[in-house]
Amino acid sequence: MNNAGSTTANALARTKTHGQPLWLLAELTYKCPLQCPYCSNPLDFAGAGGELSTEEWISVFRQAREMGAAQLGFSGGEPLVRQDLEQLIAEARKLGYYTNLITSGIGLSGERIAAFRDAGLDHIQVSFQASDEEVNNMLAGSKKAFQQKLKIAREVKAQGYPMVLNFVTHKHNIDQIGRIIELCVELEADYVELATCQYYGWAYENREQLLPTKAQLERAERITNEYREKLKAEGNPIRLIFVTPDYYEERPKKCMNGWGEIFLTVTPDGTALPCHSARMLPIEFPNVKDQTIHDIWNESNGFNYFRGDEWMQEPCRSCDEKEQDHGGCRCQAYMMTGDMHAADPVCGKSPDHGKILAAREAAELDSSGRPISFRNERNSRQYAAGSRPRADGSQKSADGSHSLADGSQNLADGSRVFARSG
Amino acid sequence: MNAAVKTDFRVPVLGTLFRFQWEPAQQAYVLLYPEGMVKLNQSAGEILALVDGQRNVTAISAALMEKFPEAGDLSGDILEFLEVAREQRWIDYR
Repeated sequence: MNNAGSTTANALARTKTHGQPLWLLAELTYKCPLQCPYCSNPLDFAGAGGELSTEEWISVFRQAREMGAAQLGFSGGEPLVRQDLEQLIAEARKLGYYTNLITSGIGLSGERIAAFRDAGLDHIQVSFQASDEEVNNMLAGSKKAFQQKLKIAREVKAQGYPMVLNFVTHKHNIDQIGRIIELCVELEADYVELATCQYYGWAYENREQLLPTKAQLERAERITNEYREKLKAEGNPIRLIFVTPDYYEERPKKCMNGWGEIFLTVTPDGTALPCHSARMLPIEFPNVKDQTIHDIWNESNGFNYFRGDEWMQEPCRSCDEKEQDHGGCRCQAYMMTGDMHAADPVCGKSPDHGKILAAREAAELDSSGRPISFRNERNSRQYAAGSRPRADGSQKSADGSHSLADGSQNLADGSRVFARSG
Repeated sequence: MNAAVKTDFRVPVLGTLFRFQWEPAQQAYVLLYPEGMVKLNQSAGEILALVDGQRNVTAISAALMEKFPEAGDLSGDILEFLEVAREQRWIDYR
């Protein structure tokens, strides 16, 4: 590793210059009743270790809160699977966190929503796959998902929570954007995230099936803008947040608003990450079972690795825009070039930018009939064993664990989430 | 208060999407809302700390001018901030 030789003095100097964690994403479990093919969980999640106990999670919350974390997202997998969720919410709220539950809504009931309220939960985000029952259920890998989601969204609102509805958009649902917005208005959402897939994990595997064309994107953005004006004129306070995929940009995003600057993810088995998808990188990340959050954040090689710009190569190193985007996303660089120190290929200056151009061209082709690799335990076990599963499109054997994707995708992009305050 | 100035009876309340609290780590007041946070500067924080659903605008101004007597007449600045805060939905009037 590049920085393995960094001295204690360097580590101390870094402590002074980098930010402290404001955002804690607690991925409570990889278990999930859905199988979304754009899930942001790692492909090989089935190979991860056992889940943290209630006490271990509470200790993580306490330590991160002492360092300044103010936002806490309960995510997964599907966090509802954890039977101690009420207790975790109550402890987090007592510590002073703003608590967010990021859920598919599957398995949620009015009674449990009320119990979360009593425990002090601040906000519930419900994810949808599409506005259309058939497409939603196809993408979720579940027949009853859509009706259940509608029911839960109404219940969340009826119980007085702020509600964010999250639609991960892609080739198969982006043309329904008008109907999606109308559904959100009808459900009285406070915020709507129309977030195009971010191509990591399962979404990267399924990219050809998911990446919309440029024309699709432009149409969706135009329709969203028209609805914004119309809703504003009607005095509707709903906020529509439209997130484009960086595949159509010429400069990369400043991933996570800086590596190890704001955002801390803790995975179900206690691995701590600077972003929820970093687990794919060939870096050894620390575990909350072995180290304090303070040491993990300030001292660990995993968190210090991409701080500063010493790690950069050309064209980033001498680039006058390097402070703005910090070379882009490390995971994207690694997935597409095989070198996690390379420039993010989204950047027009990257020698690998052709790979992004090729993906754009591929998006123009008809991908119907192409297989989709659903996010489930069976497929994941094959990735964990080092092979790619045969994507057969349909996944019948419900082995008890499935997908979420939905929520952690949004949480993922810390910069965007924090920028919303503007 | 100048007798010629009319009392502003409007009572601001915190918007339902927001939670207001002091953050020791940031040494600042913040507004927390779904997946987001606004770090408030000192004057914004001092004003919102007095938004309790009881005090009207005039009472808030009076309390702040008592707390910061050297600052002079703050009522214009306070009104201006409350207007911005209402646009942002941080507050509403009862």
